[in-house]
Amino acid sequence: MLALFLRDTRLGLRAGGGVLIGILFFLAVIAVVPFGVGPDLKLLARIGPAMLWIGALLATLLGLDRLFQADRDDGSLDLLIMASDRHMLALTVLVKCLAHWSTCVLPLVIASPLLGLFMNMEPAAIGATTLTLFVGTPAITLIGAVGAAVAVALPRGGLLVSVIILPLTIPVLIFGVSAAYGAVEDPAPFVAPFLILVAITLFFAVIGPLAAAAALKSSAD
Amino acid sequence: MRLVAENLAGERGGEILFSGLNFAVTGGEALMITGPNGAGKSTLLRIIGGLLDKAEGRIRLDDAPADFDGLVSACHYLGHLNAMKPVLSVEENLHFWQSFNGIGDYTIAEALDRVQLGDIGHLPFGYLSTGQKRRASIARLLISRRPVWLLDEPTAGLDKRSEDQFAGVMHAHLSGGGIVIAATHLPLGLDGAQELVMGRNGF
Repeated sequence: MLALFLRDTRLGLRAGGGVLIGILFFLAVIAVVPFGVGPDLKLLARIGPAMLWIGALLATLLGLDRLFQADRDDGSLDLLIMASDRHMLALTVLVKCLAHWSTCVLPLVIASPLLGLFMNMEPAAIGATTLTLFVGTPAITLIGAVGAAVAVALPRGGLLVSVIILPLTIPVLIFGVSAAYGAVEDPAPFVAPFLILVAITLFFAVIGPLAAAAALKSSAD
Repeated sequence: MRLVAENLAGERGGEILFSGLNFAVTGGEALMITGPNGAGKSTLLRIIGGLLDKAEGRIRLDDAPADFDGLVSACHYLGHLNAMKPVLSVEENLHFWQSFNGIGDYTIAEALDRVQLGDIGHLPFGYLSTGQKRRASIARLLISRRPVWLLDEPTAGLDKRSEDQFAGVMHAHLSGGGIVIAATHLPLGLDGAQELVMGRNGF
């Protein structure tokens, strides 16, 4: 399993693009917001956490369709499925999700404080947004694994994957943003939405791989 | 060890490709599956490997070696695709499959020597020629131990010399008590192999 994690991380970093495309997209989304919204610094600071979350969500969706497609294209997926007596397929999926998250999504989380400066956010808001992104984005990847597994047999499933999983990621977005606001705006609570965000991630860490494994098993042809 | 199929039927897209198929292969024996295109050779191999569901019938592995609890876990599958990542080196690819699938009788260096790729193991897999890719894929069979080899057109892209070497690799596997089931159009140089001709009734 460690070998699978290392292989996928290495592929993510070496295949050229995967990591950079996500970050560049994130940067592009956040960089154009001030031009669209106008130079109202107060307004920017207020919508900052939400914009960072939306940008990160869309950037995460960007590379998800390749999660299993690449393995299917070169035949590795057959062997991963055949090895399911030795390594439970759901566990294999979970490891692949972790590897995908650490190569494609973790860089977004790391870049988010810098992009927070673009939005004139105060340090507490930047810290809270980064923390909620760190905790919440794994859920997006894990939900995405289900969509990627369902669409793995389709030649151009990229957009379909995003459409399938976008409704399921809405709760993550809602609780992520409300926790980030809770940290800076006084009456709003931080701990409650943050804990729900953690719960969503843990919930999908179980459901996502199981559902994706079932979809992959039935997609073999 | 004995692999038995009884009254096996396979379908593709709702259409029955073959039915009533019976065969038995014991350890040390090879089974050649031949027949015209579309007769269901690859489908049969994928059914044995558990990648496709059978339409009806039974297939089982009797007296499996102790480390393998089922038919699928005892199988190596070499399909049309090589299951290697083009950006990783040949050694990195093999190293991954060895740690994922378990240790075999050969180390990676020995397996690469066996398929005459000893000096180019450090190259990215994508740089290799078609035949070299196939040989690297054959090396994957050697580095993890599996008693049953399912081979789908294993010699596609191999030159005459590599074909002979591959026949030697299969002979070594058979004399160790293994089973080889190969779908092929070309003779693989295995004497005394059973032959299963598919698609006779259909065309």
